Amino acid sequence: MNDDLTMQEASESANMTDSAPTDMASEASTPKMTARNVNVFYGDKQAINDVSIDVNMDNVTAFIGPSGCGKSTFLRCMNRMNDTIPIARVTGDIQLDGDDIYAPKMDVVQLRARVGMVFQKPNPFPKSIYDNIAYGPRIHGLATGKEELDNIVESSLQRAGLWGEVKDRLHDSGTALSGGQQQRLCIARAIAVDPEVILMDEPCSALDPIATAKIEELIHELRGKYAIVIVTHNMQQAARVSQKTAFFHLGTLVEYGETTDIFTNPREEKTRDYITGRYG
Amino acid sequence: MTSATLLFLVIGLGLVAWFFGRLKASGMQASGETSRSALHSLPNYHGWYVALWAIVPAAIFMTIWNFVSPALITDAALTSAAAAGLPQDSFSRAAILSEARAIAYGNQTNAFNPLSQSMVEPYREAIAYYQMIGTVAALLMVFACGVYAWLQIKPDLRARTKIERVTMLILLLASLIAIITTVGIFLSLVFESARFFSMVSPIDFLFGTEWNPKAVAGPRGETGFGAIPLFWGTVFIGAIIAMIVAIPLGLMSAIYLTQYAPAKFRAWMKPILEVLAGVPTVVYGYFAALTVAPALRDFAVSIGIAGASSESALAAGVVMGIMIIPFVSSMADDSIAAVPSAMRDGSLAMGATHSETIKKVLIPAALPGVVGGVLLAVSRAIGETMIVVMAAGLAANMTANPFSSVTTVTTQIVQLLTGDQEFDSPKTLAAFALGLVLFIVTLLLNLIALRVVKKYREAYE
Ligand SMILES: Nc1ncnc2c1ncn2[C@@H]1O[C@H](COP(=O)(O)OP(=O)(O)OP(=O)(O)O)[C@@H](O)[C@H]1O
Ligand SMILES: [Mg+2]
Repeated sequence: MNDDLTMQEASESANMTDSAPTDMASEASTPKMTARNVNVFYGDKQAINDVSIDVNMDNVTAFIGPSGCGKSTFLRCMNRMNDTIPIARVTGDIQLDGDDIYAPKMDVVQLRARVGMVFQKPNPFPKSIYDNIAYGPRIHGLATGKEELDNIVESSLQRAGLWGEVKDRLHDSGTALSGGQQQRLCIARAIAVDPEVILMDEPCSALDPIATAKIEELIHELRGKYAIVIVTHNMQQAARVSQKTAFFHLGTLVEYGETTDIFTNPREEKTRDYITGRYG
Repeated sequence: MTSATLLFLVIGLGLVAWFFGRLKASGMQASGETSRSALHSLPNYHGWYVALWAIVPAAIFMTIWNFVSPALITDAALTSAAAAGLPQDSFSRAAILSEARAIAYGNQTNAFNPLSQSMVEPYREAIAYYQMIGTVAALLMVFACGVYAWLQIKPDLRARTKIERVTMLILLLASLIAIITTVGIFLSLVFESARFFSMVSPIDFLFGTEWNPKAVAGPRGETGFGAIPLFWGTVFIGAIIAMIVAIPLGLMSAIYLTQYAPAKFRAWMKPILEVLAGVPTVVYGYFAALTVAPALRDFAVSIGIAGASSESALAAGVVMGIMIIPFVSSMADDSIAAVPSAMRDGSLAMGATHSETIKKVLIPAALPGVVGGVLLAVSRAIGETMIVVMAAGLAANMTANPFSSVTTVTTQIVQLLTGDQEFDSPKTLAAFALGLVLFIVTLLLNLIALRVVKKYREAYE
């Protein structure tokens, strides 16, 4: 019962987002995802230590921190991609719209459709551009006919800013695109299943500055339509694209706040050291 | 002294040469300022340098001498007094000579022909004479070349570089042996087949539908060499029935092993499957002939299929398919494992289930590799002999009924070459023609498969 209700609410809110973006502000006050006292272990080794964080709809949230501090690990907890690592174990509580995503009744498949992910290295499937985008809608039955599928493909590519570049060669292989185009293809692919949250793990680290700028622009445009979490090693990038920044260190969340505060006036010594480059 | 003893002696002398070479080089090393600047190469390399000089020219001489001396010996024997009494007819002459030679070498004790007996003594003398020449020459060569090399040892002799070159040559020779042998086999197949095709037209052979080599009339009137039924039988068993069994089972086991099996189970299962590939095919053969074939025949009779034979295409094909499973599964396993895990993660992160990911991403991505593996498996299956000899039968039927008996190229080659045979009858030569066809087809399949697999590997590098 309860579950049904929230599902309904969620889909209503998704519709509202689409049709009336002005209503978003009131919606955004309640966090999209909340994590409380999360610990992650790889075998005996603890990779995340008691992390609590909220992710909002109208913000882009950046995770920063030195290499190996657990950013990717934490990100992967948020759509349960850690399930694919047999030795990984997660404790604590992570909620999406108030539902515990680690609860037994939560369907992982549905969860990952709602919380999409973009990886560090572009990983288009070795299929055509069209089939790459249509992959998600097909497995989730989002389109009833060829025409609807075409529309989803077009609108996803358009939102990802790739339509103009590929509209004449939708049936060429996705792997034949440039690295930057491939990454935007992967973002378009994630958008195509109409997720609520998009997690990006260093989406620009394999790209040149121009392709990076395009992705950043894209993140700006997507902001508000999706809750976006981005892991980055690039301080300027975090400052440019995000409104909230979380600084991780050795598996703990050291500081979390407004990006402007973190970068101009951090509360913690460690954060200051890291941002000014005296560290890591 | 026999050649074997001589060879050991030469090698022994080579070791002595090694010792002396090393000794001289060590002396030079000790007398230098520092060990590094004194000698270009370590003393060991100098030792080998001298040893190789001592052994290799002598060994080459001995090899050549082995080929040349028999003719010289025969010539010498023929100049003896006893040779005057030999018949003029070259055939009986050759028979006598070969008998005398066998006795002289001690391979035979007494002669059938008294004339042979008279030739034994001259032969013995000639053999002793030329063996002595060979031995002395070889030993002289060892000494001459060994001393030459020994004299060459100087601090700046690049022994190490030279040994390096010799090492490379030896490795090259080793790798060439397999290739040369294969080429030799291929050429002999071609020549024998050419003789066959001078008696039977290639068109009749390749497109004829009647195979009955026993009923062959005689020179130039040959019929019954139409190989189509054999080709069909081979394809039916090896490429159709066996693959219907092996492809799905092999693929599914590969999917289970790479995607679902716990690491422990996989660690056990993979080696076991690979060991299965090493079971001698004759074991599969009698499993097919004694267990599977009768069971299938009984089954066919019970469901009322006419013409069910106790030697059936199905029995041979199914067992062959089972034999090939490890092969297909291990190739498929490799190609699925080679698909980057980023593909899998990408699909799972879109909310695809595990089996959707396998079906829609992993298998299509691994497909070229799997196809390559299947082609290799087919080429193995059509060349496989034991199972079909034991279970498929000899009747050259052109039938698509899996319960009836068919025959294959390999089975017929075995048939044609076992038992009494004359080496220039078309019946025997037909085996070479069949072998040639088989050789070419499997070669092509392998080439294509390797290309496909290579292309696929490149796609992910
Ligand atoms: N699959 C795994 N098995 C075991 N340990 C792992 C695994 N993945 C990550 N770890 C460990 O967990 C810790 C956090 O790793 P994680 O990948 O989350 O770091 P990160 O902050 O994303 O680093 P980077 O910035 O280099 O990507 C590291 O110590 C790492 O060694
Ligand atoms: Mg990472």
